[in-house]
Amino acid sequence: MDIGLPPAVVTALTFVILGLLVWVLLTRTVLGRGFSVPLRNMLRGNETAQYPEKPRPVAPRFHGRHQLNRYADGLEKCIGCELCAWACPADAIYVQGADNTVEARYSPGERYAEDYQINYNRCILCGLCIEACPTRALTMTHDYEFSADQRSKLVWTKEQLLAEVPPGGEDTPHTDREVRQRGLNYYGGLAVTPPTLHGGRYKPAATAPAAKAGDIVPTGQLPEPDELPPDPATVGGPTRPEPGRDR
Amino acid sequence: MSDDVTFTIDGQEITAPKGTLIIRAAEQLGIIVPRFCDHPLLDPVGACRQCMVEIEGMPKPMMACTTTVMPDKAVKTHLTSELARKGQEGTLEFLLVNHPLDCPMCDKGGECPLQDQALAHGSNASRFIDQKRRYDKPVAVSSQILLDRERCVLCARCTRFSDQISGDPFIELFERGALEQVAIYEDEPYESYFSGNVIQICPVGALTSTSYRFKSRPFDVVTTPSVCDHCSAGCTLTVQSRRGEIQRQLARTNMAVNEAWNCDKGRFGFGHVTAANRITEPKVRDGDDLVTATWTEVLRRMRAAIGAATEAGPGRVAVLTGSRLADEDAYATSKYARTVLATDDIDHRTRFAPAGEREELAAVVGRDSATYADVERAEVIVVVGLDPEEEVPILHLRLRKAWRNRKARIVVVGPHLGTLADLAWRHVATEPGAEAAGLEALDGRDADGVAAEVAEALREATAPVVLVGERAGAGALTTAASLAETTAGSFAYVPRRAGTRGAIDAGLAAGLLPGGRRLDDADDRAALEEHWGELPAEPGRDLHAILTDAAAGKIDVLHLIGVDPVRDAPSTDLARAALAKVTTVIVQDLARTDTVQGFADIVLPVAARQERAGTATNWEGRRQRFSRAIDGPDLVQEDWEILVQVAAILGKDLGFSDLEALRAEVERVGRRDAAHPFPSFPSVPSDETDGDADDQDDDRLTVVARPLLLDHGTMLTNVPDLMATARPATVVINPTDADRHDIGAGDQVELTGANGTLTLPAQLATDVVPGTVLIPTNSTDEPSGVLADRDGDLRVTLSKVAADAPVEEVA
Repeated sequence: MDIGLPPAVVTALTFVILGLLVWVLLTRTVLGRGFSVPLRNMLRGNETAQYPEKPRPVAPRFHGRHQLNRYADGLEKCIGCELCAWACPADAIYVQGADNTVEARYSPGERYAEDYQINYNRCILCGLCIEACPTRALTMTHDYEFSADQRSKLVWTKEQLLAEVPPGGEDTPHTDREVRQRGLNYYGGLAVTPPTLHGGRYKPAATAPAAKAGDIVPTGQLPEPDELPPDPATVGGPTRPEPGRDR
Repeated sequence: MSDDVTFTIDGQEITAPKGTLIIRAAEQLGIIVPRFCDHPLLDPVGACRQCMVEIEGMPKPMMACTTTVMPDKAVKTHLTSELARKGQEGTLEFLLVNHPLDCPMCDKGGECPLQDQALAHGSNASRFIDQKRRYDKPVAVSSQILLDRERCVLCARCTRFSDQISGDPFIELFERGALEQVAIYEDEPYESYFSGNVIQICPVGALTSTSYRFKSRPFDVVTTPSVCDHCSAGCTLTVQSRRGEIQRQLARTNMAVNEAWNCDKGRFGFGHVTAANRITEPKVRDGDDLVTATWTEVLRRMRAAIGAATEAGPGRVAVLTGSRLADEDAYATSKYARTVLATDDIDHRTRFAPAGEREELAAVVGRDSATYADVERAEVIVVVGLDPEEEVPILHLRLRKAWRNRKARIVVVGPHLGTLADLAWRHVATEPGAEAAGLEALDGRDADGVAAEVAEALREATAPVVLVGERAGAGALTTAASLAETTAGSFAYVPRRAGTRGAIDAGLAAGLLPGGRRLDDADDRAALEEHWGELPAEPGRDLHAILTDAAAGKIDVLHLIGVDPVRDAPSTDLARAALAKVTTVIVQDLARTDTVQGFADIVLPVAARQERAGTATNWEGRRQRFSRAIDGPDLVQEDWEILVQVAAILGKDLGFSDLEALRAEVERVGRRDAAHPFPSFPSVPSDETDGDADDQDDDRLTVVARPLLLDHGTMLTNVPDLMATARPATVVINPTDADRHDIGAGDQVELTGANGTLTLPAQLATDVVPGTVLIPTNSTDEPSGVLADRDGDLRVTLSKVAADAPVEEVA
């Protein structure tokens, strides 16, 4: 059949028309759309992951189970402030704050988490707790393998959530003396008030039947003042004024 | 209306009385100007500079909390004025310059006015880049209060509270400039019964509580409104619990009762609910031990014991109640005793009442009592046999408010001034128990000296108030009522404990029936018998008679509801003898008291106030409902529930099985339309010292025993921080008596009474009537009752303990 076109054009048109026909067949007809799936997948590589033998890496910001971090010396970053519990939309976090003492210091500052529990029956791994944490104590790991066969096992306690002690650090509790001698500024920066290193152990009631002015503040063994460089940020002198000084 | 001022705030017109502060007027329009130092119950000071507003015609922004309203001025707050908004923002930035950002650590975080207002009114960023001021922290201002000076914004709320409201000048601002700080006087202990309030009013986390330290956050506590169970003031409280445990109690604002305050006992004194000595399960005696039993078993034993006693004859069962009970319990107890046990041998008092008090109490019920508002308005206040700060602390604050704001003249009638020493205008000194005679002299007929002055003041005053406490002797209530009547004033009976007024209303005293009815009044009897069935024929015995008869073996079963006679009864000797003799002692109580430990045969665990709902009546006669804040231990029951079951096992029906039905019955039955008249008394009980005439020869002194606020009470266990602020137990002696016995201040003095001795350090005070010494009832290892003879007569000889002699430990 001669339609007065050069043979090359006829050939090209033939391919275009055939191509269109195939496209219509594969996308517009039921049969074709059915066949297109195996056809497409025949061209793809193997997608099967060899889990659990070879788990695949997760996305960098994956929300896995939580972890309570530590400073380099082993002190806990968590100060037991309960902001994570406050932020939690699923009410999955329980925190009980307590006082650091001179003899047993768990975190910088006065407060630490005496108890910390995350209930993974409730947790939706949304990460709002991470955003709320003021000290970056709570972060999420890439660990997602923590299913259990009992609901009680899904309540993770502080011991389970705490990170490993970093090399060179020690497990808590530390003593105030050790921590002061390290001279670290845990929070860093000038505009942020670094946490005071006095243990929050005011004299217990039993030994202070009638509290006198200026008394109190930490009991127990504090370092001698000359052991340490003076803290330039502290003003107002010692808590107990010099005898005879007129206030 | 000429005193009203009309002006505009943010364009809205408002009329307010002259002298109103702009910040208050703005509140009425719903415009909240940020503030730290301003507190409606404290004098304005303008310390924090946060409440700047722009006032038309004023060159600079003004403080809304110290500026009063001015006619026709246009006030613009931060809502409409850029000047005010920028000013407030700047002030907040300045306040935050030295305020540490340790909110996550701070107990105030989440309920902090500084946090909230910095968010609402502050700028987003601070320009401050240097290191902030730091102090050693925290300083324990007292064993209950910790001070973090770096958090303080120097609003002076706490110092103004202690100066203006509680009158305990312990906390002040020291130093100047950037170093200005709150501190306590160096060698004076912070001794205040109202210290907890400064924690609550602190607008930052500078003052925090030791007992609540780091315990919880406002979002994770369950908040329940409640009414304090410690004294008859009836303060409204907020109980906050977490995971079923009470974390703290706060004062709830109720301007008619406790304003915005409460005392430390009410605020911190909830440890008894979880104390180790709390009774959590029914127990029965097995030899020297109390062993756990089931409710079924204890109820069966009660049936056996009460059944046997009832068969043995009338008058062999008696009921004693303390004053811990809620109104519903009191009514149920009253009905239980009269209808189930068929006895009128019942008494709620822990003192040996003077003769005729039954009629007086009946007359108190249903009569208009003086109220807190009356006290606040009064020009003259007569206080009889009452030490308000130790017994009803909030009443003390109200007295102080009247004294401070209106120069009210406070007259104390009785053997000592006590804690009213600073406020009292005149002291009408009387012998203990002779308060009625002292009061009678105040009508001015043939008075002289102090009494004449007081009589004159009472005549001139518009609405004087007479407050009669529990220690006022025979006839004091009657005399007070007639004095109030003649001076066109009002009077009130002010018992110490929370349940006393409710107990009187419910008729928990021999001869007294609910609603102020009297058993010996035929109409009253008939009215009540309609609902209750047959009542006992004769008025029964009071505490003294019950204990005396019990000691004589005439009583088989003693049902004690919330009372510990060993420590509470005026005569410990008699109480012990009675409890030892009684065959079956049934104790229904919160804690393992001395009575439970030593004498109880059947022990029934009850729910504490925070663990149940109920109603409490305070000294004004004001009824306030409280609700359940936490669950009690599994096996405890409410007092009235127990009585319903005991009645049932004895084959009787109390007629109610739930709280609503009980309340409905109290409303229906427990009220009488009009009050009985006061009985007439021989004008002055002249035989006060008759029969003791020979005592005048010897060296014995009369003892006035009055309770201290913080003592060895059952409901003050497990609160070490609170108890560390208890005032020391002392014996207060008049210097003339002290000289006679060669006793100086601070000496250890041995008081020898009829049945025992107590050793206490001496304190000399001239306000104690010569011949009288003042001791605390329950602040020593042994209560003051050990000194008394079996009639409750407290007379002692004094002797100084040589300095090197071993001294008995006193708390």
